[in-house]
Amino acid sequence: MAGLVVDAARCVGCGRCVRACGNAGIEVRDRLAYPTDGCLLCGACVDACPVGAIAIEHSQVDAADLASWHDVWVFAQVEREGGLAPVAMELVGKARELACARGCRVVALLAAAESESGALASTLIARGADEVRLACDERFASADPELLAGWVCAEVRAGRPEIVLFGATPLGRELAPRVAVTLQTGLTADCTVLAIDSQTGLLQQTRPAFGGNLMATIVCPTHRPQMATVRPGVFAAPEPDPSRTGAVVAAPLAPGAASRVRLRAFAPTSAGASLVQARRLVVVGRGIGSQKNLPLMRRLAELLGAQLGCTRPLVEAGWLDYPHQIGQTGASVAPELLVSVGVSGAVQHLAGIGGAKTVIAINEDAGAPIFGAAHYRVVGDAIAVVRALVERLEADAVAR
Amino acid sequence: MHIVVCVKAVPGSTEVKMDPKTHTIVRDGGAAVVNPFDATALELALRLRDARVAAGEPSRVSALSMGIPATEALLRDCMARGADEALLLSDRAFAGADTLATTYALTCGIARLAKGAGEPALVLCGKMAVDGDTAQIGPELAGALGAACATDVREILACDAHAVLVRAAVDGGMAELELPLPAVLTVAKEAAQLRMPSIAGVRAAAAAPVPVATAQAVGADTARIGLAGSPTQVVRSFVPEQRSRAVPVVGTPAEQAARLVQIIAEVS
Repeated sequence: MAGLVVDAARCVGCGRCVRACGNAGIEVRDRLAYPTDGCLLCGACVDACPVGAIAIEHSQVDAADLASWHDVWVFAQVEREGGLAPVAMELVGKARELACARGCRVVALLAAAESESGALASTLIARGADEVRLACDERFASADPELLAGWVCAEVRAGRPEIVLFGATPLGRELAPRVAVTLQTGLTADCTVLAIDSQTGLLQQTRPAFGGNLMATIVCPTHRPQMATVRPGVFAAPEPDPSRTGAVVAAPLAPGAASRVRLRAFAPTSAGASLVQARRLVVVGRGIGSQKNLPLMRRLAELLGAQLGCTRPLVEAGWLDYPHQIGQTGASVAPELLVSVGVSGAVQHLAGIGGAKTVIAINEDAGAPIFGAAHYRVVGDAIAVVRALVERLEADAVAR
Repeated sequence: MHIVVCVKAVPGSTEVKMDPKTHTIVRDGGAAVVNPFDATALELALRLRDARVAAGEPSRVSALSMGIPATEALLRDCMARGADEALLLSDRAFAGADTLATTYALTCGIARLAKGAGEPALVLCGKMAVDGDTAQIGPELAGALGAACATDVREILACDAHAVLVRAAVDGGMAELELPLPAVLTVAKEAAQLRMPSIAGVRAAAAAPVPVATAQAVGADTARIGLAGSPTQVVRSFVPEQRSRAVPVVGTPAEQAARLVQIIAEVS
């Protein structure tokens, strides 16, 4: 029987669970806790209990069925222009780590509209795939998630993978849920940490919730495949190893499959993609004061060979357009160097810069949360510091 | 045309703190509000209904939620702002649902609403909820209903009895997508701002019924709802640690700049 259970032998009736619950879902009577009809099974009381007396019990596992699922699969997204999406390589690298721990294979699912997709398959193998299941079909040109979902589901039913990973791109965020509901299995969105139990194959999926204020580790113990999405830039892509070998297996799209959604027009925006791949970034926030200071920031970015990104309020104010936005509702970035100028550091923004190797934060407010995520803190007038930095870099450039 | 809008009650604030003494998580979100993305979805639905009604087609907007009994107040607010009817799925058996179990429960609710107002031509959701942040319910609903889907919709450009044309964010840019009906759309917050309730709307909503349905009332399979119907389980939740103290770079702006040039050369 699934539900909240209180171990009467352990419960001391301290009432911490009652205080931790936001829904009056648990009460203490005669020094013993009881769940009420208000219980949402959120687990707040489980975390709050100092004696470990509260647990959420789940249904039983069918071990024989679970044992029949093998390997780690990755959906290798192809970009509109025809190349592999960077997140495909990042996922293959993570899948390789998981497969090594588990002692199984990495299989990449590749659906391409072009016939010269052999090169893409070779790339996936060089990055860590043991097998590429390949469908070359013009019908994939529309990048319709529904069409792709039908193909992925057919492959998963035939191949029975233990794990399937998707990039949390706009496409992946529509495709993965469609696959999950069709296969009636679990899906964890936007994972930032993936670890595997080498014995059981249970995938421990850690993700932020509540705007990055809370991290949760999630498992899918009784259903297969275990599925997760990962944002671009969260994991590093492995270096290619051209000596690796692997099989390319034809996995054709069903003859009757057709797209219902029609693409009537498309307007590309390029900045978003370049932010995700940028090695250096200058990120500006409201603390730069005025739109008049943007040219100075662009000059700093230019001198550093960096791309320019910004926080959400600047996009809302119309100073920069949406592809420049970094954070939970914008791009997630993972540059070597991120220079943050006049950014206060709302958690939604911090959720998008977690992958940066070195963060230099320049802000007037010494208490700004951005400093909690920074490696170097520069407290001072952001404009004055950047102006001095630009002068210095310009002088260095002339000297060279 | 029947339009169903799925709304979720979320905490007014997504702040989460760690109790320094007990090391437990304190989730004090204050009063619940309608998820802001869902509020935008409601506004788009109301505009579309008004346009269809003006074109001579009888049209209705239904607001659907799964939640605790107190969610009724939020659904009443949706009606005060213009929704024609509401349905609250509330039952202990729905508790502990992940996205798969929530999707199934919502399909049961949609089937119930369809009995009165006809099969919905459109189901609108916010593109994500501010507390869970998964953005999965919309596309999972589309999969469960066998409907076409567009996510991160910025604008509904046109809609007739057979198809809807939307502008939506896709990989690498913005697309204009034509979807056959029925369709599920998930909308971005910037697409619209929810209108204020009118005085007449508040009065009518105060008197209007908000039916509360149990799992049994909507004929839900108990194995597919709530905790029992949820493949995923949260095994641990924790407040993320902040990075260790940053190295201060001090002095006049010129001195700070000189030091920064050195640091930048060292790290990349």
